[in-house]
Amino acid sequence: MDFSKNNSIDPATIALVLVPILLLQVGLMFYALYDLFQEDRRVRGDSKIMWALIIFFVNLLGPLLYFFVGRDASRGAAVPDTTGGWAGGAGWGGAVTSGAAPSVAGDLGLGVAAPSPADSIARILATWPALPQTAEAAVVTVGLTKRYGGGIVALDNLNLTVPSGSIFGFLGPNGAGKTTTLRLLTGLATATGGSGTVAGVPIGGTTGELARNIGYLDQDPRFYGWMRGRELLNMVGQLHGLHGAALRQRVGEVLEIVGLTDAARRRIGGYSGGMRQRLGIGQALINQPRVLFLDEPVSSLDPEGRRDILEIISKLRGTATVFMSTHILNDVERVCDRVAILNFGHLVVEGPIDELLDRYAQPVYELEPEPQQPGAIDRLAAAMRGQAWAADVKTTPDSVRVFVNDPRVAGPAILPLVVASGVNLARYERARPSLEDVFLRLVAESGPPIAPPVTVPVWGLDGRGRR
Amino acid sequence: MMGFRVLLVKELREQLRTNRFIAVIAVFVLFGIVGPLTDRYMKELIDAIGTQSGGFAIQIPGPSLDGAATQILKNLSQFGIICALLLAMGSVAWEKDRGTAGMILTKPASRAAFLAAKLVAISVTLGVAMALGTGCGYVYTLLLYPSVFPLGGYVAMALLMWWMLVAFTAITLLGSTLTRSAIAAAGIGLVALVVFGILGALPVIGPYMPSSLGDPALKLMLGQDAGWILGPVLFNLALVPALFGVTWLVFRRQEL
Repeated sequence: MDFSKNNSIDPATIALVLVPILLLQVGLMFYALYDLFQEDRRVRGDSKIMWALIIFFVNLLGPLLYFFVGRDASRGAAVPDTTGGWAGGAGWGGAVTSGAAPSVAGDLGLGVAAPSPADSIARILATWPALPQTAEAAVVTVGLTKRYGGGIVALDNLNLTVPSGSIFGFLGPNGAGKTTTLRLLTGLATATGGSGTVAGVPIGGTTGELARNIGYLDQDPRFYGWMRGRELLNMVGQLHGLHGAALRQRVGEVLEIVGLTDAARRRIGGYSGGMRQRLGIGQALINQPRVLFLDEPVSSLDPEGRRDILEIISKLRGTATVFMSTHILNDVERVCDRVAILNFGHLVVEGPIDELLDRYAQPVYELEPEPQQPGAIDRLAAAMRGQAWAADVKTTPDSVRVFVNDPRVAGPAILPLVVASGVNLARYERARPSLEDVFLRLVAESGPPIAPPVTVPVWGLDGRGRR
Repeated sequence: MMGFRVLLVKELREQLRTNRFIAVIAVFVLFGIVGPLTDRYMKELIDAIGTQSGGFAIQIPGPSLDGAATQILKNLSQFGIICALLLAMGSVAWEKDRGTAGMILTKPASRAAFLAAKLVAISVTLGVAMALGTGCGYVYTLLLYPSVFPLGGYVAMALLMWWMLVAFTAITLLGSTLTRSAIAAAGIGLVALVVFGILGALPVIGPYMPSSLGDPALKLMLGQDAGWILGPVLFNLALVPALFGVTWLVFRRQEL
């Protein structure tokens, strides 16, 4: 090939050589740097400066590494939850709690008689198909077992029946096997023993029939940070076979239910934790599931966020069976009608809350001394302990709780003991036993299984499931 | 495959939104251009430097179509493999680690569709980038050299190189499925690259390795007889579905 006549490099050639290379290489570098120094950009690794140096000094590969490895799809500073917990920026006084939070419109004195978000949820859910009146249980497990390598038993012989239409609380200390159970029931893990059905569909199948009947919210829901809220719901709706107008309508309804209508066009990477949780509920509801599995749906939320989520859950009664794992017992008492308590992979007890309280709650007396009495709590507790009728005595910074075997004997005996201890009481009452009392008692009594093959390691808990 | 279409759209949109698509195309175009440029002007640049400094002379072969072809092929395959590893390394591992895989797979979407959408989306990105990169290489060769590669052979080279990258993508996808770490997945891809390189030097099985597709690709590009390539091509065509099958078997019962 003869290039002898063309040995000099003329300006046109230089332009031909340099312009595209400069455009591509320098352009890519500056684009990467621009992207990096976006105010809310989050990067993997320690610092933006480190990535800036890599982009600037590592020829070509630097910007590439940044786009492929360093750039986090989600943004750093989460956008504040300006939805105020519900659609249209309005806060609301939930039906779950009695504390009424007036709407923004009300605060501003606008006098707008807009329907409350709670009403909107109820209105939308009323148009959704109700659960069929059937005797078929929503969830049934028979000897469901999950063992891991090394003999670790995460779930042992779980026999459970969850009635259709119930809001079912699945309780247990950390590591009890709650999440394992949920993963088995939703098909994310495979049982090593036993069987189960959800909405009449056997678990462990691959036909998608189970997925079409359930919704699932992970305990720490994470989504694609680059997606917008509406896009995620669209995608999940399409996976469930929704298209066109039906999809648009369903996504709109779900956004309204979870109070994200105004944030639907924002990137999920900028959502706050509460918004992500609500989006998680939304994606789980998009197919109008017969059974909704929620893994610790409120554990990471602030009180307002908890109230929002619990409001949705309570409104789903009659529309879906809700199976929620949690260790926040107050929430369970608020919304659930049945509970099961799991400990060390074993089912301890299961039934309606009222029945459990009747059966397992010990009568309890609360004694609250007047302030400014040093040692009063200890003296009261000491006076009660050792009495034949006192099953247990617990103290708090302000009061003494005395669990008794027979209130007919204990009632008349307590006050003379208080008088003898020389403590002045501010309050004395027979308290209503709580689910927490029942839970703590049953978990403590159940303890680890007798001669377990291997106990499930539970970080932060002692051998009896207590912190 | 249940949910494949929806998941493929999601994967392609992710490539676009995260700028990976643009970045890969930029790399391929850059090296498509740099290949013929390097060969065409390297000797002149070295000669000029040598003359100006009055120092030693470095013997650089003059520009030729062979040299341009080698440069294009070398650049695109080397950086193409890096791009394939970077695209595939976190594709499954990050989704498992973040929990998004669990979210998707509790919907009516099969695990095969989940994996296939990723493999196809990455292959599409690499295919578009390869088309643009080799297209730019062809145009620059046309501008800088008095003759140009035969178009049919050039297209065949681009297809072979693309399929080689798809094979490395499939290997890295397998690595990404085996582990929850993207770095480990990339390591598996790199180990495969080394192993294929070593096996490629062996007499009987050597020509069948993905990394050995470069030799016939170069000959096809230059319009020369590439010899018997049907066997290696068919083997590599079958390798990708086979690797995908193994990946699916691993992922099918994996706990998420």
